[in-house]
Amino acid sequence: MSATTALVVGDSASQAVRSAIRAAKACVGAGKIDLLLIGKGANSGAASASKWNGVSTVYYAEGETPCTAESATPVIRERVSAKDYRYVIATANSFGKNVLPRLAGVLGVSALSDIIEVVESNVFVRPIYAGNALATVKSNDEVKVLTVRPTAFEPIEDSSEGLAEIVKVQIPADGVQSRWLGQEATENTRPDLTTADVVIAGGRGLKNKDNFKMLEEMADELGGAVGATRAAVDSGFVPNDMQVGQTGKVVAPQLYIGIGLSGAIQHLAGMKDSKTIVAINKDADAPIFQIADYGLVADLFEAVPELLQKIKELPKRAE
Amino acid sequence: MSGRRILVGVKRVVDYAVKVRVKPDGSGVDTASVKMSMNPFCEIAVEEALRLKEAGKAAEVIAVSVGPKKSVDTLRVALAMGVDKAIHVSVPEKHQELQPLAIASIFKYVVGDQRPDIVILGKQSIDGDNNQTGQMLAGMLGWSQGTFASQVEIENASADVVNVTREVDGGLETVELSLPAVITCDLRLNKPRFTSLSNTMKAKKKKVETIDVSSLGIDIEPKLETLSVAEPPKRPPGIMVNNVNELIEKLRTDAKVL
Repeated sequence: MSATTALVVGDSASQAVRSAIRAAKACVGAGKIDLLLIGKGANSGAASASKWNGVSTVYYAEGETPCTAESATPVIRERVSAKDYRYVIATANSFGKNVLPRLAGVLGVSALSDIIEVVESNVFVRPIYAGNALATVKSNDEVKVLTVRPTAFEPIEDSSEGLAEIVKVQIPADGVQSRWLGQEATENTRPDLTTADVVIAGGRGLKNKDNFKMLEEMADELGGAVGATRAAVDSGFVPNDMQVGQTGKVVAPQLYIGIGLSGAIQHLAGMKDSKTIVAINKDADAPIFQIADYGLVADLFEAVPELLQKIKELPKRAE
Repeated sequence: MSGRRILVGVKRVVDYAVKVRVKPDGSGVDTASVKMSMNPFCEIAVEEALRLKEAGKAAEVIAVSVGPKKSVDTLRVALAMGVDKAIHVSVPEKHQELQPLAIASIFKYVVGDQRPDIVILGKQSIDGDNNQTGQMLAGMLGWSQGTFASQVEIENASADVVNVTREVDGGLETVELSLPAVITCDLRLNKPRFTSLSNTMKAKKKKVETIDVSSLGIDIEPKLETLSVAEPPKRPPGIMVNNVNELIEKLRTDAKVL
């Protein structure tokens, strides 16, 4: 009998993929974990991921563009049949959510989305109903296909002993039914929203795009990222990839400051695991105050500039 | 040529505005007396299919719902919105929580039967939050997939590709899909229409085709076993501060985050 092994797949050597390795470790115990990186930049990603703790072999399939699900799936499937992995695991980001259920469909097995805990090797916890309930689920599938919520697993650290082996694999050219045409990447000089230590989020109360600049300035002052509610995105204040919530990004920073947002269930689903939650809103009945550690009922246009000024004046903490 | 056909999936779920309660015995979420509605992402799927038809890029829109008897109510909403045909794949009450693998297998059957060129589904249902069915179906069929769509463009009624703009982590990306294809909708694809009272009344009289799932020979037994459902841990109650100075003080000395 071969030992329990896991294949972690991703499109870059990001912090979020390091979290997936941590989850894989919880699944396989002393078993082997391999990593497969697919798409543009996979080659250089493989070089950095080879330093990660617990990774045996890093496979990479370099592409000229980010890889579509139609091209990525056969690459993963081929690895799975060659190595007989018991787990295929990815981060629940736009790559993992797109590709892994397709792979499960091809393999004819179930998939588990967005797991937040590995209880046993075949028992997992995942949020349902926008995080208003947590389901503990047992998988009886021979190959377990999982996506992992990155904020729930500490990213794996670098290894002190040697590098993982790096192996190149091919993306099959045949049978490609879709073509990547291009992207409109949002310009961003701040930390990644999903892994930032500080998130400053704004809602419709900000009234327009320009007012989000106050939040950006505060984020820069604290080394954080800026997020938003669906209402703020729909109103055109900020791009879609800044949406935090049930169907947007999930954040769990050390400090979350929600400004001018009421706290709809769907938004709370994306931020309620933040360590410290601050809410600033002029409506004392806003639901966000029910989960905030510190609430301030105030007009944001007075409170935020004052807060920003005072943060700037704070003596830096001695580390 | 008979013209392009679009199949859309619609699911009956707890209304998005309801805050659900976990049953005290931990067996699941109490859905007995709460408001049910069409899954918001499915509404967007229906709307998109109807817009493609209205733009002359599709000939027929077929709505499918898989679930117990009450799913017919959701199909009637789709009929009131304007779909041409409604199919209910009827599942015994005890199976009301079918898993994505079973749903995708059932859709695969319906696709084989109805021969659509495009299947449009919501990207996820707001109860299970799985975000799997469309991708699984595309994988099972070997079709191309355009998930999390915020824009769908087809040049004309006979085009053999569709361009889908997708909401991804870093912004937006566009892919060109060969047809047939599965598309799953994100929030900003469109704003679903309201249904008029007269259309709602008319929809009540329209025919809904029923297929009994047991006649399909598809294994719908859950492969994932839900052991328990629990409330998420509650946060300790917070405090209200009176002004910015107090907030800074708390964040600095108590929470130690500044």
